[in-house]
Amino acid sequence: MDSIHYHYLVDGEDFARAGEASSSLKSKLKQLGFPPDVIRRCSIAIYEGEINMVIHADGGDIDVDIYPDKIVMVLKDKGPGIPDIDLAMQAGWSTAKEQILSLGFGAGMGLPNMKKSSDEMNVETEIGVGTTVTMTVNVPN
Amino acid sequence: MVVADIIKLLDANVISNEIDMNHPVKTVCGSDMMSDVLAFIKKDAVLLTGLNNLQVLRTAEMMDIVCIVFVRGKTPSAEMVAMADELNIYMLQTQYTMFDTCGILYEAGLRGGRKVDG
Ligand SMILES: Nc1ncnc2c1ncn2[C@@H]1O[C@H](COP(=O)(O)OP(=O)(O)O)[C@@H](O)[C@H]1O
Ligand SMILES: [Mg+2]
Repeated sequence: MDSIHYHYLVDGEDFARAGEASSSLKSKLKQLGFPPDVIRRCSIAIYEGEINMVIHADGGDIDVDIYPDKIVMVLKDKGPGIPDIDLAMQAGWSTAKEQILSLGFGAGMGLPNMKKSSDEMNVETEIGVGTTVTMTVNVPN
Repeated sequence: MVVADIIKLLDANVISNEIDMNHPVKTVCGSDMMSDVLAFIKKDAVLLTGLNNLQVLRTAEMMDIVCIVFVRGKTPSAEMVAMADELNIYMLQTQYTMFDTCGILYEAGLRGGRKVDG
């Protein structure tokens, strides 16, 4: 089935602009008339993912494919990678420094909430190469 | 409860240029950690925060938050005011601390997410 495709470049330098891709996707999903719960879950998943790309990985690329029955979000970065993904998935586990905490993030809640908000989440990561997070949110019919 | 009640209870300044005094509010979340807000906030919510940056607004946008109350007299930037107006998110400012702000609203009958599961 054909999808609507969107690509976003996420700037790793500018924390103030983090969330612009998420914001744009949210308005598009709204325009397309998806149910509020689907929009909410996509918004949480992509926004936490976009923040992670900025604070942990110096930015990256987001590709979204919107199908009538599902939304697939792929967040790809060339950051440091995640050494222990099981550990990183635990609520409250974070490597964020004081400076990130003072910006309102770094509580270690992002990855667990991304998993909870999506129907499927897959993390591929390699040390020194980067991380790709793929999240799918199904649209109930 | 509606936005006008929050303003009265907290003796708040209205920071936004556009505001709907009669917009209903059903629940409250108080936090400086945006990931907590993204994990726990319910619908038709007021967000109480001491954090003052653009990510507060982004978080509010993502979660369809009705109204942000900046505690301890924090003043959002002109850029934030413009963005809030555009996003239709109302911004208020109170001189009360986070603890007292929560207490006042709780006493007035508002509730948060209660306990978090697991
Ligand atoms: N894209 C990424 N690149 C490298 N490390 C990451 C990435 N995303 C998450 N991590 C690592 O996983 C940890 C947990 O992530 P998360 O649950 O979002 O919490 P937080 O971002 O608050 O630290 C982070 O502290 C970081 O060490
Ligand atoms: Mg995170």
